[in-house]
Amino acid sequence: MIDTRVNIAGVELKNPVMTASGTFGSGQEYSEFVDLSRLGAVVTKGVANVPWPGNPTPRVAEVYGGMLNAIGLQNPGIDVFAKRDIPFLKNYDTKIVVNVCGKSTEDYCEVVERLADEPVDLLEINISCPNVKEGGIAFGQNPASAEAITKAVKKVAKQPVIMKLSPNVTDITEMARAVEAGGADAVSLINTLTGMKIDIHRRTFALANKTGGLSGPAVKPVAVRMVYQVANAVKLPIIGMGGIATAEDALEFLLAGATAVSVGTANFFNPETTVEVVRGIEDYMRKYQVSSVTELIGAVR
Amino acid sequence: MAAKWKETGRIVGKSQIGRGIYSMWLQTKEIAAHAVPGQFVSLYCRDGSRLLPRPISICEIDQEMKQLRLVYRVAGKGTEEFAGMQVGDSLTVLGPLGNGFPLERMKEKKTALLIGGGIGVPPIVELAKQLEGEKKIIVGYRDELFLKDELEKCGDLYVATEDGSAGTKGNVMDAIREQKIEGDIIYACGPAPMLRALKAYALEKDIECWISMEERMACGIGACLACVCQSTEVDGHSHVHNKRVCKEGPVFLATEVEL
Repeated sequence: MIDTRVNIAGVELKNPVMTASGTFGSGQEYSEFVDLSRLGAVVTKGVANVPWPGNPTPRVAEVYGGMLNAIGLQNPGIDVFAKRDIPFLKNYDTKIVVNVCGKSTEDYCEVVERLADEPVDLLEINISCPNVKEGGIAFGQNPASAEAITKAVKKVAKQPVIMKLSPNVTDITEMARAVEAGGADAVSLINTLTGMKIDIHRRTFALANKTGGLSGPAVKPVAVRMVYQVANAVKLPIIGMGGIATAEDALEFLLAGATAVSVGTANFFNPETTVEVVRGIEDYMRKYQVSSVTELIGAVR
Repeated sequence: MAAKWKETGRIVGKSQIGRGIYSMWLQTKEIAAHAVPGQFVSLYCRDGSRLLPRPISICEIDQEMKQLRLVYRVAGKGTEEFAGMQVGDSLTVLGPLGNGFPLERMKEKKTALLIGGGIGVPPIVELAKQLEGEKKIIVGYRDELFLKDELEKCGDLYVATEDGSAGTKGNVMDAIREQKIEGDIIYACGPAPMLRALKAYALEKDIECWISMEERMACGIGACLACVCQSTEVDGHSHVHNKRVCKEGPVFLATEVEL
């Protein structure tokens, strides 16, 4: 018997595989391809207090081994989300993690308060989106701001709080320590790396936003390194992500110190990736006679 | 919600039909049997460095044989990879995607104008085959014609070329004016300037106009919100003014979107 359960801040997941915010909607589109009940958790696309229209198009561009996106957190706002998306996810036997975005501390807190009475298991606070001008990454690139927003959110949050960290910093461990000091219950990393692509034929930027977040297999080694560093810097459970497309990728993150992992961009090139990663982790555990997946967490020191 | 499948498709026919324009017949298990004109499929590259699926419009559907014809222009490394594939090769395909042209709107109409521009011509073929009633097909090219034989079989064909080498010199709007082509419903696919001109023309003439839009996509199934177009009304998904080309589209009523 193998035990794939992991625990994030008191919430037990049936396995360590989650979805990365923004790549999976609220699960509805992907439910045609995968059984959401097979997943440890579904992490929703970021939701704000009011609807956000997002950025102009083109919003995506492919790059070698990855992609750039500058969606700009288009979302329907918390009211529609609570009415439509949460009840949809309740149809499945999986944990619900709501990603929260905002332009100000008040915005974040309004959404978090609004979610207090909803059947949501965890909150993920997005302080690392590189594609919006206000809020987002502004909170995630300065330790003092990161600590302050964590404290503010924790004050009103009824569910455990995951702070999502940006790799676009000099030292990610400094940010992890800051949110730990602010009372975070967990951290997730990495968000996308700010990048740029130029269309040499049209002599302009590939994205209307000029810059976008780099994701996909190309970023994986950076993400594994950062998970390892953060695992050695704080006591908080880590949700690792960045370029995971296979179970082998996911296992690297677990061994580097992540308690759970998120599949993001890979959903775009294989909508069945999440369940394939779950299956692959189980196969690995059988092959190497690992009885509990928790034995793997941070096993490489 | 319309069913879609991720399958391994086998190439059963392949040819080059113009400069940089390729045609491929793909054997599917389910996709072709459920596809309608105006829908598209996502084709995945084999080269792992190219992650994102390529959305390709459906040119012809053989429901009996469960085969799809895709006609595409080589626009980059991904489409170049497809063009280099041979009969017998297989590739991953997801579909059918998007809404397709509303054929039923023709019921109360007399004459349809089916309009394609450049690489927007391919989806007009299956539409012309399936749409019932009087059809006037107007297609515009830069210079070289393709899919002319297929279209000729389905209705009166009018051609425009930018260099004047065939038909009306100019674009599809020039052909419509020069040939005094009239209809009471428009179905169109082509570049944004063409769609913009058609929208204005349809508003002026007060005729119903359906246009197929294009935008950079990632997931192709409505989750990532990359391929939005500006809508005149608040959209049902995000409650802003952004409709998803891959999900609510690619075919929109012209008055439904900002161009």
